[in-house]
Amino acid sequence: MRIELHTIDYVILCVYFVFVLGIGWALKRYIKTGGDFFLAGRSIPAWIAGLAFISANLGAQEVIGMSASGAKYGIMTCHFYWVGAIPAMAFVGIFMMPFYYGSRARSVPEYLKLRYDEKTRGFNAISFAVMTVFSSGISMYALAKLFEILLGWNFHFSVFISGVIVLAYIFLGGLTSAIYNEVLQFFLIVLGFLPLVLLGLKDVGGWQALIHRLNDVSVSKGFAPGTFTHSWAYTGSAAANPMGVEWFGVVFGLGFVLSFGYWCTDFLVVQRAMAANSMSAARRTPLIAAIPKMVFPALVILPGLIAISMHYQTNGGFLPMEHGEPNYNMAMPAMLGRYYPAGMLGLGLTALMASFMSGMAGNVTAFNTVWTYDIYQSYIKPGQSDQHYLRVGHATTVVGIILSVACAYAATRFNNILDFLQLVFAFVNAPLFATFMLGMFWRRATGHAAFFGLLSGTMTAAIHHGLTIPAGATAGIHGGWLGSIIHTYPSDMAQNFWTAIFAWTVCFVATILISLMTRRNKTDDELKGLVYSLTPRIKDPDVPWYKQPATLGLIVVAAAVVLNIIFW
Amino acid sequence: MKLDIRMPMGVMFVLVGVILTVFGLATYSDAALYQKSLGLNINLIWGLVLAVIGAVMVILARRAMQRSTDPDSKSTTVS
Repeated sequence: MRIELHTIDYVILCVYFVFVLGIGWALKRYIKTGGDFFLAGRSIPAWIAGLAFISANLGAQEVIGMSASGAKYGIMTCHFYWVGAIPAMAFVGIFMMPFYYGSRARSVPEYLKLRYDEKTRGFNAISFAVMTVFSSGISMYALAKLFEILLGWNFHFSVFISGVIVLAYIFLGGLTSAIYNEVLQFFLIVLGFLPLVLLGLKDVGGWQALIHRLNDVSVSKGFAPGTFTHSWAYTGSAAANPMGVEWFGVVFGLGFVLSFGYWCTDFLVVQRAMAANSMSAARRTPLIAAIPKMVFPALVILPGLIAISMHYQTNGGFLPMEHGEPNYNMAMPAMLGRYYPAGMLGLGLTALMASFMSGMAGNVTAFNTVWTYDIYQSYIKPGQSDQHYLRVGHATTVVGIILSVACAYAATRFNNILDFLQLVFAFVNAPLFATFMLGMFWRRATGHAAFFGLLSGTMTAAIHHGLTIPAGATAGIHGGWLGSIIHTYPSDMAQNFWTAIFAWTVCFVATILISLMTRRNKTDDELKGLVYSLTPRIKDPDVPWYKQPATLGLIVVAAAVVLNIIFW
Repeated sequence: MKLDIRMPMGVMFVLVGVILTVFGLATYSDAALYQKSLGLNINLIWGLVLAVIGAVMVILARRAMQRSTDPDSKSTTVS
């Protein structure tokens, strides 16, 4: 599949590059201290932090991955939003942000040090640093690979250009620059993909016609007619739906463990809220982000649905084939090539580029802070001046990009990016939420318990993955690498959900048991502001009721419930 | 706020919008080009939409700037 670009398309792409770099350049003069570079001087208004929060999450997995998932699994993909995001986003805003923001911790690992101890922080900081570099590299790889197939761009050129631009604007303006550009990227993504959805829907013949056609798709895949257009109705057994998951895995694995593990503890997103200009703004950040997040399926999943229905309608003429089945990752690019003429095509590709860059930049800024404050300042060279750490931050940006490039070249073997990212999250993030939950709501949890609980949770994830395998896969990256296979899951998605469930449960139980066996290493006084029962409730009489986090939280959760019911 | 993001963002959308609008007008009679977009001159339509959205951002940014520099103003800056 090849898309021809014209001068006009390159002009639009260049305009975008100029503005992204220009924003970095304009912010350069405000970056004077480490706090400016790493924390955006804690000066970001709530709505900007909120849009950056959602945009940083829009990495490679979102636009390409979610439209691929939409084409492959149908409306069930919405679980990643209405179950796998909104409740956790409301939770982090209402309950967790008071501790993150109130403790003045500069990063999530630093909160762990304040709450537990040094080794827990070290473990989290190192695993997180590795993961961010990896994610950033995957984004870069996906972008370069896509542009190579689609536009015939040289792979090395794409890696180079995306790396250099992200490097430049973060180097110049630090976190502020990344956040500001994420807001710009957010609007670009929305405005770049919206006409695509409208044109696609018009071509299919409207929503009702699309549902009708998706029923045909479900049937020809060997499922009941409604499987592609219902999110819950066919989750009674894993065999009844194309995603191969049952409701318990969705609710507990995705909705609770994976989702809370990501949104509540992943510094990539939490960093945006920590940069907000007040406690109230920090708490509203994830709640404001939840509003666009809720309607994003219309922008990223719907094109996948349209693509697969067109694919079946044209007897396989819409998506390129790979190993005898449609290449789902090409759902969004195929839509761009089908409906956008020269001009709009430039805008669409720029939006695609922006989605990759926002994900990369989010990872790089999070990596910067964790590396500089939690690893370098803590273990390598403590007690230096602020200016010293600012210089280290600049150098880290360069190193982070170089490592991402290295990862981009290392990552070559996966068909569905999403499955792979979920796998990484399952190993590292799944147990983490148990540690945070106990840390924030149980003052008895001890440092040793947190560390060994996390370790056992991560080990459990690895062992579970090594002993199980999704149906039809060969032992290796998909699981079963420990030699004997004790269980076969209907799909890799189901396997991921259950890996997370096991990891979380083991971490939760182990942390409680070890806590009861070890002595507390922090007094009640030290835990003030870090644990729920020891922190005074926040009262904001100045904030009007409709801006109160609890009100906003209720609204977004209620809206998510309504969406689940509509698309039941 | 040190730099109002709505300003550069708005200018960018106005610029991209104008480019698309002009391109849409220049290719107004090119039916083959717009076969893809189901016969709609999507460049012209969406170019105008982008230009308007960009202009609104610029206006909001300018109003916020005036408010923050105007010493008589009682209203606080945007939050």
